[in-house]
Amino acid sequence: MYSASDLKKGLSIKIDNEPYVVTEFNFVKPGKGQALYRSKLRNMITGAQFERTFRSVDTFEPADLREKKMQYLYKEEKKYCFMDNETYEQVFLTEEQVGEAKNFIIDNLEVEILFFEDRPLGVTLPNFVDLVVVEAEPWAKGDSVSGKTKPVILQTGYQIQVPPFVEEGEKIRVDTRSGEYLTRIKG
Amino acid sequence: MKENWRLTKNQDILHTRARMIYAIRDFFVKKNYLEVETPSMITAPIPEPHIDAISCGDLFLHTSPELCMKRLLAAGYPKIFQICKCFRAGERGAFHLPEFTMLEWYYRGMDYRMLMKECENLIISVAHNLGYGDAIHYQGNTLSLQKPWETISVRDAFACYAPMQMDEAVNEDLFDEMMVCHIEPHLGLEQPTFIYDYPVSGATLAKAKEEEPGIAERFELYMGGIEIANACSELTDMQEHHVRIEKVQKYRYSMNKPMYPISECFLRDIADMPEAAGIALGVDRLAMIFSNASVIDDVVAFTPELG
Repeated sequence: MYSASDLKKGLSIKIDNEPYVVTEFNFVKPGKGQALYRSKLRNMITGAQFERTFRSVDTFEPADLREKKMQYLYKEEKKYCFMDNETYEQVFLTEEQVGEAKNFIIDNLEVEILFFEDRPLGVTLPNFVDLVVVEAEPWAKGDSVSGKTKPVILQTGYQIQVPPFVEEGEKIRVDTRSGEYLTRIKG
Repeated sequence: MKENWRLTKNQDILHTRARMIYAIRDFFVKKNYLEVETPSMITAPIPEPHIDAISCGDLFLHTSPELCMKRLLAAGYPKIFQICKCFRAGERGAFHLPEFTMLEWYYRGMDYRMLMKECENLIISVAHNLGYGDAIHYQGNTLSLQKPWETISVRDAFACYAPMQMDEAVNEDLFDEMMVCHIEPHLGLEQPTFIYDYPVSGATLAKAKEEEPGIAERFELYMGGIEIANACSELTDMQEHHVRIEKVQKYRYSMNKPMYPISECFLRDIADMPEAAGIALGVDRLAMIFSNASVIDDVVAFTPELG
């Protein structure tokens, strides 16, 4: 159980049975008045943002969030399907919930799915994912000046800047947090 | 030598702050106020519904020097001021430090209206001393210091800015929320603003208006939306002191807040309390205004987090 003075940016709490993350937090106290906690909260299910002012007597339940290892299976009608490899339980995420991860997610990838109680909210990819380059301009020899890059398209449809020597059909390692090229994968 | 940027980054502001404090002293000394020092460790903190003291052995760190300064006033000192550290438990935010610097002064024979004038004079004198003209730039606003400054009653401020009237807010127990969310952001943006005549419920030791006993002769000064000072015509009635303090004790008890002893010395000495007005001004916050700092952290060398 949290009290209002425990709130801080990034903390997730449960209000009316839904999970919220604190995105802004300020302690205020009008002259001779009581301490108030002005907060901005984001509903982790709907994404809706709003402001709330709490008193020090207000208390909150922590949001029951947990991550579970699951495997990405396929996308169908704008829904991403994931499966628990032990129980074969399947869950679906919307495009909105998957967000930027769509750029790096490939079939059979093992990922972490964030749950609020039984409800899947989002996906966290491994930090590094290996992806195939499906479209690239051929490497013009002599164009190896350091620092120069070229855009290529990955199997997910994501366009990324890579060094000029990366060829179509090759596999590259991408950092899913920054969306940047790391290295070529041989074999 | 390696520079410790955390401790040196606000050097310019600390210079402004120091010069501001010299200027404050200069103002009061020239006006024949006596500078006093009262104990930081006291047996009984001021009874306030929403201010919590930090205990220190068998004693408490004072949350303001009010009680001791009033005892001096009652003992016959006519004009006194003090600049000191005060301590309040649990107060930390963009405008709050649990250990902060307060300027407090009392003037025998004045009421809160006269004190507004003295407050204007002080801040204008300090501004001139720091090399400012008749305006201060603070966080995107230009505050004119030309007298007279804006005054607005709490009742009118509610009518202007809040979605409900003052009495309704008091009855619904939403007074503080309305002040913080709807009223404070409008105060002191073009010139410093005195907001006055507060409900007596939030002004423990302020005198009630004769013609309207539910309203206290109390004002706050705001600059740039930030509360800078709190002042009042002081309560002099002995019996009323007992009634008010008992009410606060009951409230604190009902809210499960820490209980403090009642200062018997204060209640004894206050029998001789003359008509007077007193004011507490946040020195750190005034330094924020004069140095255009958005958070209180920038006007002190050490925040509590820096140890």
